[in-house]
Formats: sequence, C-alpha cells, structure tokens
Amino acid sequence: MELYEKSAHELKTMLSDRQISCSELVEEYINRIENTNGTLETFLTKTYEAARAKAKSIDNRLAAGEDAGPLGGLPFALKDNMCVDGVSATCSSRLLENFTAPYSCHVYERLDANGAILLGKVDMDEFAMGASNENSAYGTVKNPYDITRVPGGSSGASAASVAAGQAAFALGSDTGGSIRTPAAFCNLTGLKPTYGTVSRYGLIAFASSFDQIGPLARDITDAALIMDTIAGYDQRDSTSINMKKLDYASFLQTGMKGMKIGVDRDALKAGVEDETIRVYEETIGVFKKLGAEIVEVSFDLLQYAVPVYYMVACSEASSNLARFDGIRYGVRAEGKTPEEIIVNSRNKGFGEEVKRRIMLGTYALSAGYYDAYYNKALKVRRMIKNDFYRVLENCDAYLCPTTPAPAYKIGEKNQDFMAMYAADIFTVTANLTGIPAVSFAAGQTKDALPVGMQLMAKALNEAVIFRAVYNFQLETDWHKRHPKL
Amino acid sequence: MSYEIVIGLEIHCELATKSKIFCGCPTTFGAAENENVCPVCMGLPGTLPVLNATVVEYAVKAGLALNCRINKESVMDRKNYFYPDLPKAYQISQFHKPLCEFGFVSVKDEAGEDKKIGITRIHIEEDAGKLVHEKGATLLDNNRCGVPLIEIVSEPDMRSAAQAQSYARKVKAALQTAAVSDCKMQEGSIRFDVNISVRPEGCGTLGTRTEMKNLNSFRALVRAIEYESKRQITVVSEGGKIYQDTLRWDDANGKTISMRSKENAHDYRYFPDPDLVPVVLTDAYIERCANELPEMPESKSRRYIADYGLTRKEAVLLTEDIALSALFEEAVAVGGNPRMCANFILMEVLALIKNEDEDFGGLKLTGGALGRIVQLTEDGTINNSTAKKVLAKTAATGQDPDAIVQEEGLTQINDDDQIRRVVRDVMTRNPQCVRDLSDGKGKAVSYIVGQVMREMKGKANPAVVNALIDETLKEMQK
Repeated sequence: MELYEKSAHELKTMLSDRQISCSELVEEYINRIENTNGTLETFLTKTYEAARAKAKSIDNRLAAGEDAGPLGGLPFALKDNMCVDGVSATCSSRLLENFTAPYSCHVYERLDANGAILLGKVDMDEFAMGASNENSAYGTVKNPYDITRVPGGSSGASAASVAAGQAAFALGSDTGGSIRTPAAFCNLTGLKPTYGTVSRYGLIAFASSFDQIGPLARDITDAALIMDTIAGYDQRDSTSINMKKLDYASFLQTGMKGMKIGVDRDALKAGVEDETIRVYEETIGVFKKLGAEIVEVSFDLLQYAVPVYYMVACSEASSNLARFDGIRYGVRAEGKTPEEIIVNSRNKGFGEEVKRRIMLGTYALSAGYYDAYYNKALKVRRMIKNDFYRVLENCDAYLCPTTPAPAYKIGEKNQDFMAMYAADIFTVTANLTGIPAVSFAAGQTKDALPVGMQLMAKALNEAVIFRAVYNFQLETDWHKRHPKL
Repeated sequence: MSYEIVIGLEIHCELATKSKIFCGCPTTFGAAENENVCPVCMGLPGTLPVLNATVVEYAVKAGLALNCRINKESVMDRKNYFYPDLPKAYQISQFHKPLCEFGFVSVKDEAGEDKKIGITRIHIEEDAGKLVHEKGATLLDNNRCGVPLIEIVSEPDMRSAAQAQSYARKVKAALQTAAVSDCKMQEGSIRFDVNISVRPEGCGTLGTRTEMKNLNSFRALVRAIEYESKRQITVVSEGGKIYQDTLRWDDANGKTISMRSKENAHDYRYFPDPDLVPVVLTDAYIERCANELPEMPESKSRRYIADYGLTRKEAVLLTEDIALSALFEEAVAVGGNPRMCANFILMEVLALIKNEDEDFGGLKLTGGALGRIVQLTEDGTINNSTAKKVLAKTAATGQDPDAIVQEEGLTQINDDDQIRRVVRDVMTRNPQCVRDLSDGKGKAVSYIVGQVMREMKGKANPAVVNALIDETLKEMQK
C-alpha cells in the first residue's frame, strides 16, 4: 500500500513513531498531486513552500522529543471557500479570481495550531452551489474512481483529493449535502456536524442557517480526530453553541447491540436506483448482524424538503452574495456609475447556477411574495424539524441512502437543474433540521462505483452515529478501497 | 382654505459605546481614513457579526428615557440594498420586531397646552461608511461602518416647525441625560430626517409626504420645515400635486432640492438575519437599566420650578441641555441665588456660546465660578454690567472671578461722595440734558447715567447713580 493510501490516524502513528518524517510525507503528497492534478483538476492553489517549511519545523520538534499536536504533520486540503490569511480564496468563481484572504478562518487556525499542514486550496462548485462540481469557473473536477464521472459537489475536489491520495484529509462545507454527496461518490466518510458545533467564522457563506464545515476522510476514526480539533465554541460566530466540546474520539466504541436504527423503505420509491436499494438492504443486514434493532419509520413531510430547502437557502444566499459588487475587492467590470459597476461585475463574474439561485432567493424575499414563499417555507421548515424529531424519538439513528444513484457521467445531469435539485432529497433534511449526518462507504455497483449510506441522529448526538459507523467499518472493508488512477 | 402641516421626525443617534455594534473596532471620531476597521465591519467574505451587549443596554436606556415599552424579544433583520458605502450590501437593522415601541415626549403647542408627541418605535442598527468625492474620483472611508445607531421614529404628531424643534431638543436632552450618546450634531452623532405633508384643515387623511434627510442643526431643521411646508401649501392651493420624493435641504440658499430618488420604490426584502439570534431580555435586566438612569429632564424641570421658583420656560431651557443644568446646579450649590443663576445662564452664558451647536465644553466656565459671580453681584460688590465682563473673562480664561475683580479693580463704587462729584460734573457740562430731564424726558437719564459710568469705568452702583441724579436735579432746580 502506498503511503498516500493510508488513513490519517495510521499516518499519525507512523509520524509519532518516527517511521517516516513529516517532510517525507509532505513530499509524498506533493508528488502525488503533481502526478494526478492534471487529470483530476482538484487543486486551485498550492501552498507547497509553506507546507515544506512547516514540515521541517515539525520534524525538528519530533526530533527533540516534543509533541507535534494531535494532527501533527498531517497534510490536508481546504475547500476554496475557507479563508487562509495570505492565500487565494476564489470560491471557484471568476468574481474572486484575484481575491487573497486577509485573515484566517477559525477551523484553519485550529488545524494549524494542532500541527496539520495545508497543501493547498481545492476546487468546488461556485459559491458552494451545486452537487457535482461541474459549476466551477476553473474546470471540472473528476471522480478518481472513474474520471468520466463527477465526484459530487459542492465539495467535489475536497473528496476527490482525499480519495486519490492527494491529502491525508480535507475539509468541506455542507449546506444541502455538499460534504456527504461527494463522500458517497468517492467512497469516503463525510460528516455534516450538528449545526453550531463548528464555527463558520471565515467560511465564505452560502446559506447561513444551513452551512456547516466538516471532514472528508478515509474512515470515522479520522473524522473523529479532525472533529476533536475543529469543533468547539467560537465567540466570533453568534450561531456557535456555547457548550463544552463533544469528545468525538470517545464515541468510537466497539459494540452497538440494541441500538435502534430507523429505516424507511417508502422513501426509496423516490427515484432510487436498484443498486443503491440493494446496498441499502445489505447495510441494514450488517447492522442487524452487529446487534442493532431495525425499526420501520416514516416521514410525513419529506416531499416538502427540497422545495423548502431551495426557497430558504437561496433567499439567504441572495443576501450573502450581495456583497460581491466589484466595488472593494474581487474582479471589477467597469461602468460609468456605481450601479453600472455593480451590475456589470456581477453579470460577468457569476456563473449561471449562482445567478439562478440569487434570482430565486431575491424573488422569494420580495414584497408581495415574502409571506407566500419565504415566510411559509420557514414555517414548513419548523414542521419538518418536528417530523424528524418525532421519528428520532422512536430510534437512535435514521439510516437512508446518501444519494438516489451513484456518480453519474460528467454533463449527464447538468442541463436539468430541477432534476439535480431533486436528487438532494436525502441530504437537505439534515441541513433543514440542524441534525448531524454522516455518509460512509457502504458498497459498490457492479461497475465498481462507490455507494454511500447515511446515518442521522438528534442534534448533538454524534455519539450514536460515530459508534455505528465505527462498528460498520470494523465489520466491512468498503472504506479501504482505493481508486485505480 | 386653511392648511395643516403634518410632520414626523426620524432621528438617527450614534450610541456612545467604545466599540462598534458587531465588532471590536473603536468608534472614535476623527480617526484617519480606514483606521478603525477590521474584516467584520468591512463586510469581507466569511466574516460574521457579534452583537455588542452595551449597545443593547444603551438602546434600552434610550427607550426608557423616552417612555417606551421595551420589547423583551426583538429580532435583528437584514435591510438589503446595493450602495458603495454599504459593505455587505445589507444593513443589519430591526424591522419586524424592534427593541422599543409606544413612547412619547411632551411639548407645548402654540396655545401653550401640553401635547404628547408619540414615538412609534426605537430600533438598533449599524451605520454605513462614508463616500468622499474628490479629484474626480469617489473614495470610500469605512470608519463609520458598524458604528451603533438607534433610530427613533415619531408618530406624525407635530404640526409646526416649533413643535418639531421642541420635540427634537427634548429627545436630545433625554439621550444626553441618559448618557447613551453625546448627541454632537456637528460630528453627526445625531441627525434628523423630516417627513412633511400638508392637508386641508379638518381633513382626516394624510397628504403625500416628502422627506428631507440628514438635517444636522436645529436651525436647519426649522428653516427646512418652514420652507417645505410653505412650498407644499403653495403647490396644493394652486391645484398642483405633491410627489413623494426625498429632498436635500440647501441651507446656503434656503431651499429644498429634489433628489428624484427611487427610494420610495425600494423593496428592502427585510428578513431575520440568520447570523444572529433574537435579543431576549429579562424583567430584571430592564429594571436594572431603569435604575441606572439618572434624573430625566422632565422631572428635573419640575424640581427646579418647585424648589427654586424658576418659571417653566426657564426650567425647560435649562434642563434641555445637560451641560446647562449641571452648570446651574453647581452654581446654586456654592450659594448663588437660583433665580439669578438661571438668569445669568440663559441671558449671558448662552450669548457667549457663538455657535449653539458647538460643544458647551468649549467655555472654561465652571458652576462654582458662576455661583461666585452671582454672589458678588447680589451682595453689591460688583454691578450687573461688571458681572457680565467678569463672566466673559472667566469663561474665556478660566480665571477665578474674585481674582479678576481684584486685579482689574472692578469693585463697585458705592461711595456717595465720589459718585456725587461725577454726577454733578456731568450734569453741569450738559445743561441741555438737564433741561430735558426737567421736562421729564427719560432718555436724558440714560445719557447721564451712561456718561457717569464712562467716567467711573462702569463701576458705579447704578442705584446710587440714579438716586444722586435725582438729588442733583432737585438741587439744580432750586
């Protein structure tokens, strides 16, 4: 097995044991990036100089017998919507092509302080709007398992980079499934944490009441390692929960006998492919074998999840993206008046999907429509939350597919945006309700395409889903697969 | 046809907190361009607002000082529009559920009757930056971005420029007394927007209103209202129509200029800011704020009338300005006669303040010094006109009044013999005047008194001078 195919926690042990040096490990990843980036198109900005310098200083600390930190020496990739002081942050948009962040986001500060090493900023759907990473202004990211297919989105390159061994782990952001969908398509473990447990300070916002930052990693142990570093109260984020940090590593316990897992076979009628249904049943079988009690559940309001999500998220986005006016930063298209500058810059700088969502959101908030659309959607959001809480009273965790189908061909779906939106049916619910949701590698199709399954639990109950995935990954090998690049 | 003027005021007031409303940047006035900024108040991508607790406290105190109901739950909303001085392209404000509602301020109407001017609401919001136009370019100074504001919206209850000015003065006095703002008009920490419409006397519906923004002196406020109300009445009585518009008041030329803005058509798409949580207050918190408020102008005014025998007019004028009432109370505390202290302040001290919008602190006059001057006048050591001189000197130099009187030998001359000699001398040299005096012409007395005072460098006791003029006249008539 190549070094870059190992999990982060394995590499951490090797570094601590001094089996490899940090500088060697960083070079290993840099080589891998250089060999594969042309194909995969994941990295937008490389920070090799700083990475090598940090690796050296960590090696010195290790040599002196010092601790390098919980993530000491582990190289990672960061989605290009997270700010790092002095580094480009484009959100994969033309509008921010020339933007260098003058400060760092909270999660980067935490990773940096704990010894992790930034290799670079990776591609995404523009302003996190998309589920396939086909909406980037800087090219299309490929799925390492099949380079004719999409890696998922919007954190497509975050997933592809880890799957391909370009980084030990990556951070993505999830607003309607943007960590979990790429995790499912690229055979990874991807977590959208409980809303409010990871600070959004420094994350360039898409939809404020939905966005959460989370890990894309090879397994749940890696995810726990990362969460123990990036999670926790940050006073700079007013939506950050002021509570004692959860101890994610402590959730990785063997044995899950008696855990109640809710399953909903009715939901599978929503256009889910046969192979995905097959993997779903196989996953249920594994959990049964591990001692879980399978409980039939059903939802009353699932059919409203996607419309409500798009209505509210786009409304928030229309406001969050208004600051990109070409006046103070970003790429400006000139005009004779301020209005012209603003209109021209946005027209030229934004891609089609971004424009579509801004228009949708603006419409939903506008006078005469606010009550019928935005306000109504907020009310239904509350009802959906209640619906989920009702279901989660009867089970510890809810199991469903991450996506209705595995990775599709590039260009296959991006002409029908409504169909794209509909495919978010299994992921948007966690963002609407704020509950935690993890996608984990659960099988593959006969074409060897990864299939991901999802576990959700009540808010702040990461303990139960971490434990379930941990035991699943002790029992199965899906997460140990690697693409043949 | 008789017309009624209907006026509503929106007052924007900067709260005197040390830091901005959503970040820790300082709010100091007069900093170099773009010095008091950070990624948050500049609205850079990825930044988030955190509400300054002191801003809430000051806004609650402002609400209590203006007799409002404090809402225990209020929400921060986004007001969305594009403009270069607005970094996020939205202003965080409060729309659906403001912090304070249903307040009032009392003024006197033209008939001298008490009238309540209603305050619809007070909400908290952030200020925008400043655009500077120079050398054919527009420059952006972000220092003011994020400075905390309260917006005080009145009911359209005012019916004249005088009522509007009185209302504005009372609001300013309340805010200064509550110590939530320094209300320095010349620094822009308090600004007035006026909405005016006219309608036939007795008509129940409101006419179309125009809006004048950012009037920053009482003088401009009054002049603008008088001009615009006259203009509207002229238009309407000639059968014309008033168009809803935002106007600029051109103080130099004394007229309003249409900005033909599309503001009336603006849809701000207000929605609750998802980056912030609702502001929730307890009864105990509101009570604490109320207990921390000092004595408000209304009750101070009642106390002055009851305890010191001031007239209502005097009491109102003194309590409208926190610096004046402090000066008054200090002067009385050292033993100055209250009515004389009030008189001196309202007649002489105010005259010394050249620009009434200027910070009173520019004068070096202390309450103690003023009280002393009043005492010296009352006990006859100096006369009234000397007192004015001493007051002016103290205010300019800060020098002790007793010292000034000593150094300049300003002690009033009460010596009958000395004065008699000068009076005789003056009357002897002005026989025509004496003849006028005999004929009962009052102007002659002033002339003689003036001449005597000139001879005696203003220090003669005026009562004695007058008495001796009478005495001398009688002698000369014998």
